[in-house]
Amino acid sequence: CQLFGYVGIEAVLDQMKIKTMKTGFEFNIMVVGQSGLGKSTMVNTLFKSKVSRKASQPGQEERIPKTVQLQSVTHVIEEKGVKMKLTVTDTPGFGDQINNENCWDPIIKYINEQYERYLREEILITRKRKIPDTRVHGCVYFIPPTGHWLRPLDLEFMQRLSKIVNVVPVIAKADTLTLEERAEFKQRIQEDLKTHAISVYPQEDFDQDPDDRALNDRIREEIPFAVVGADQEHQVNGKRVLGRKTKWGIIEVENPAHCEFPLLRDLLIRSHLQDLKDITHNVHYESYRVRRLNES
Amino acid sequence: FLVLQNDDLRNLSLSGHVGFDSLPDQLVNKSTSQGFCFNILCVGETGIGKSTLMDTLFNTKFESEPATHNEPGVRLKARSYELQESNVRLKLTIVDTVGFGDQINKDDSYKPIVEYIDAQFEAYLQEELKIKRSLFNYHDTRIHACLYFIAPTGHSLKSLDLVTMKKLDSKVNIIPIIAKADTIAKNELHKFKSKIMSELVSNGVQIYQFPTDEETVAEINATMSVHLPFAVVGSTEEVKIGNKMAKARQYPWGVVQVENENHCDFVKLREMLIRVNMEDLREQTHTRHYELYRRCKLEEMGFKDTDPDSKPFCLQETYEAKRNEFLGELQKKEDEMRQMFVMRVKEKEAELKEAEKDLHEKFDHLKRTHQEEKKKVEDKKKELEEELNNFQKKKAAAQLLQSQAQQAGSQQTKKDKDKKK
Repeated sequence: CQLFGYVGIEAVLDQMKIKTMKTGFEFNIMVVGQSGLGKSTMVNTLFKSKVSRKASQPGQEERIPKTVQLQSVTHVIEEKGVKMKLTVTDTPGFGDQINNENCWDPIIKYINEQYERYLREEILITRKRKIPDTRVHGCVYFIPPTGHWLRPLDLEFMQRLSKIVNVVPVIAKADTLTLEERAEFKQRIQEDLKTHAISVYPQEDFDQDPDDRALNDRIREEIPFAVVGADQEHQVNGKRVLGRKTKWGIIEVENPAHCEFPLLRDLLIRSHLQDLKDITHNVHYESYRVRRLNES
Repeated sequence: FLVLQNDDLRNLSLSGHVGFDSLPDQLVNKSTSQGFCFNILCVGETGIGKSTLMDTLFNTKFESEPATHNEPGVRLKARSYELQESNVRLKLTIVDTVGFGDQINKDDSYKPIVEYIDAQFEAYLQEELKIKRSLFNYHDTRIHACLYFIAPTGHSLKSLDLVTMKKLDSKVNIIPIIAKADTIAKNELHKFKSKIMSELVSNGVQIYQFPTDEETVAEINATMSVHLPFAVVGSTEEVKIGNKMAKARQYPWGVVQVENENHCDFVKLREMLIRVNMEDLREQTHTRHYELYRRCKLEEMGFKDTDPDSKPFCLQETYEAKRNEFLGELQKKEDEMRQMFVMRVKEKEAELKEAEKDLHEKFDHLKRTHQEEKKKVEDKKKELEEELNNFQKKKAAAQLLQSQAQQAGSQQTKKDKDKKK
């Protein structure tokens, strides 16, 4: 039908925005990787505040636990009126033992438990107005910067987890690789992922329209992002920047020429946050639900 | 394996721009690409101006023919349209109550409406309960707003109105409006509105409350609520007023301008329905009316939320139990039917046997009769033959006598002749 004049239907967009800003957003992110790869620092850098477990529980001795333990920390952060309840789940102990067999089991169990919790709420007769969402929306996997290929542990983990959660692989501590080494490493990782049929985020199957596909193809070319984390500021050219100071120069975290942290941040927060949540809800959660309902 | 949770939520301050303030935009962009659904139900008598008002509200021409007045009952007619304004796509469905208020006996008028609303909830519930479901691209047909058209009598609500609204208020967001408001004078209108509102209150009818909890819309919603029910005039024809064309109705005594707030409340209705509260209407439908329906339906089917430490998936188990119960009943019915069938067969068999016996008897009887007749006939035949024989004998004897007599006679004549000689 043709509209002969202005009706005001587009005001519904503003109405939606106002409503969502009032209820706030929830975002749950999980970081997985061996000790010392810079996970906590990365998370702090991403959200520009001390959100990591280490930072919020100071004074606790850092000991590598004997088994993989999952620890979640929740914070409420606000920016320009938008409130976000951010939950960061850390996995100390992952990949740190001598025998790392099945170290992914506790993680898989945790992720499924969150789906289970949501499902139980959803099938109640008297449901809550807003079901609390503790499901993991994105899992950032830290790859050690060996420069060679993915290790068996990396492959096993990503293979299993990319089926139940959005996995975003990153090359940690990328300041140990030169640009050429970085490019080669990425190439090899991408081949490895393809050979083992591991579909990391953004998954090709869920591109909705050609625009999406074009945007996501560009992202997929750069996966995994080579990142450097830093939570200290230094003076560079009269400006204060976040970076790592070394004897041979300052690595600026937010400088795209130095590392790909801005790409990761843009992907996770500025452009694809809602998409991560949607895919978790419409795809991963639904397939969990199908499995679960079929087995009883 | 331990999962430690930090339960106290701390508010953190950010030391720089992170960028998640784009979240509402991300969300909105997703919705715009998917499009919105909005479904309006128009309840009102035939000829009260429902179609015209829809045309005026959405500034377009929805094709439809005016309904006749001799519908035997109320039926609901739903029509879907795709509207686009800048980058927003709206799938608008307008549901009309055809024949409302036309019958002599209007006892059951509300029923088709309630059934339609429930049917849409049911369809959504079915989809939600499926194992393999696709809720995110489900075409939502649940009614988000119900515009109830009140006839401009100037006195009070009709009893049909009260009854219908009472039945609908727990199922849908009701927005009452006074139709064809240009037939009411200004002072009468005020009295009419107060009378209607007080009647609604005294009868406990829950109409849609414009939300006042959000600061940005609280003020406008509060001021608009005072003017309920909105007195509207609809028109798609344009009349020249001053040096502009405006939607209006031209009478010999003047021109009623639709978008002039002094003349009628059309602008208020449009503001409230579309520009301010469309999203809230959709949300209320989903979180309040639909949840209520779902809860009632599931409780009716026998499901319960048991206490938290009971077995999981009570829904699933109750399903199983119900299913077994149902199958058991089916089985019982089947057995019963089978028994009845066997009995009937026996009865019929007995009947048939009786009939057979009768037939046999008849046959025997007939046979006997036939035999008897045959015997009789044969006896007669014998008799006849005997008679015939006798006759023949007699005849033969008679002939013999005759011939003898003749011979004797001829001999006698011969003798006589001889004698004469």
